[in-house]
Amino acid sequence: MNQTLSKKLVLTLLAWFIALVVFFPIFWMILTSFKTEGEAVATPPSLFFDPTLAGYHEVMARADYVKFALNSVIVSVGSTLLALLVAVPAAYSMAFLPTPRTRGTLLWMLSTKMLPPVGVLMPIYLIFRDLGLLDSLTGLTIVYMLMNLPIVVWMLYTFFKDVPRDILEAGRMDGAGTLQEVLYLLMPLTLPGIASTGLLSVILSWNEAFWSLNLTTSDAAPLTAFIASFSSPEGLFWAKLSAASTMAIAPILILGWMTQKQMVRGLTFGAVK
Amino acid sequence: MRDRASGRTVGGMRTLFLQAPAVSMLLLWMLVPLGMTLWFSFQRYNLLNPMISGFAGLDNYTYLLTDPALWTAMGNTLLLVGWVLAITVVGGTLLAVLFQQEFFGRGIARLLVIAPFFVMPTVSALIWKNMMMHPVNGVLAWLFNLFGFHAVDWFSSLPLTSIVIIVSWEWLPFALLILLTAIQSLDDDQVEAARMDGAGPIAIFWFITLPHLKRAISVVIMIEMIFLLTIFAEIFVTTSGGPGLASTNLAYLIYIRALLDFDVGGASAGGVIAIILANIVAIFLVRTVAKNLET
Repeated sequence: MNQTLSKKLVLTLLAWFIALVVFFPIFWMILTSFKTEGEAVATPPSLFFDPTLAGYHEVMARADYVKFALNSVIVSVGSTLLALLVAVPAAYSMAFLPTPRTRGTLLWMLSTKMLPPVGVLMPIYLIFRDLGLLDSLTGLTIVYMLMNLPIVVWMLYTFFKDVPRDILEAGRMDGAGTLQEVLYLLMPLTLPGIASTGLLSVILSWNEAFWSLNLTTSDAAPLTAFIASFSSPEGLFWAKLSAASTMAIAPILILGWMTQKQMVRGLTFGAVK
Repeated sequence: MRDRASGRTVGGMRTLFLQAPAVSMLLLWMLVPLGMTLWFSFQRYNLLNPMISGFAGLDNYTYLLTDPALWTAMGNTLLLVGWVLAITVVGGTLLAVLFQQEFFGRGIARLLVIAPFFVMPTVSALIWKNMMMHPVNGVLAWLFNLFGFHAVDWFSSLPLTSIVIIVSWEWLPFALLILLTAIQSLDDDQVEAARMDGAGPIAIFWFITLPHLKRAISVVIMIEMIFLLTIFAEIFVTTSGGPGLASTNLAYLIYIRALLDFDVGGASAGGVIAIILANIVAIFLVRTVAKNLET
């Protein structure tokens, strides 16, 4: 008994030490966001200080933070809704009406996700330039939707596959038509799956930083691109950078924590559950 | 009972109708840019100089393949992918075993340790660049001085190492998250039986846990490779590929050719090389997933 307790204590110390070291940069960023610019660069680093919201106020007032945040919301939610709209019927038919071609289609969709974005940077850039989609929310929304579509279809498919067949059979016996089947049986059973698929898609779009850096400049720039503008060497604004960063990652960090189990499924295409 | 043959055609029609939007969109998304990249890679095409045009044959490829910059970038890509994989897979496996044990506050400790994966790449890179690795005011500089070492100017003297540290920090939680999920399906009875037979913790890890995690580890390696091959934002906001080409990887080199030099032909030839590299990895990943897929 005593030995297991001391083992547990040692494990606790070790695991918490590692967890705190890994989390430290995020903790430090949050702490720095409440400092003045002077304290932010102080050596030795100051752990105790008078917290101030000055950094937040300045980011909100000067840098037009709200516009960039709204862009992020529009682009990630918009692309997710569009992807779901197209993916739900596709995943439904693959899971419930499988044909000999289903397997091939699914694997082909997975393979489109393997196309490196940088490999098609030039064509996408030129198409966007010619269609006037550079630095537009529409353009970025479309790219994110297509980027996440394979993952969304896959994840929905694995959730739909989990719906017990017996329930559907019973529904059919009771004379439920396709529409009724979808509305009264499938929707309630698969809504949690659809919701977590949507959340994963929002998270991936929110954090995407290849297309956002290359296809937007100011009007349609989401938070990933806005934060990147802090990388210029002129002057150090660590408190403002930290405040903007904290606001940019907080919602997604919370969503990520909530959906970590489902994320594993989506990110590994069902290979690890 | 429905007639088999007609059932199939009705099903087939419905399938076609339901899948057509998703399939056609992805088909367009894949084929059009891919075709254009291939086409451009054989063209003389520079946005800054409209006078240059026409069929280039293999010139873009010859130019690219004989350019030492490409080989530097390829070497950096390999180093980056290799080191990050080694750190995150070994670290992730060990941490998965540790965070699987019973200890106080396990739930919260797990949340803290997976957090970096949800931080957007530009934020991760800038926190590290400024608050952690700044040669004068960074936390690491302060720590180094505290223990009597000289502070390191990370991004000018160890640019690639710095990128490896940042990217590993982002992807270690991913490996941990996947492997922690996989380790939970390990059969407790089997471990208990091994312990009864006198197996120590190292033997249990080596002969039971590790084989159990084999497939999950291979999935982690392949998914990470796909993303790591084209790491971009972290380099963009920290070193811009420098000093010189010291931290330029293939993705960043193509970006330079494409959106700084506007050399469409050269960038596309680079793109084709990136696509070929990614596909070599992708074949293995698709196979692993296919083995696991029941339709």
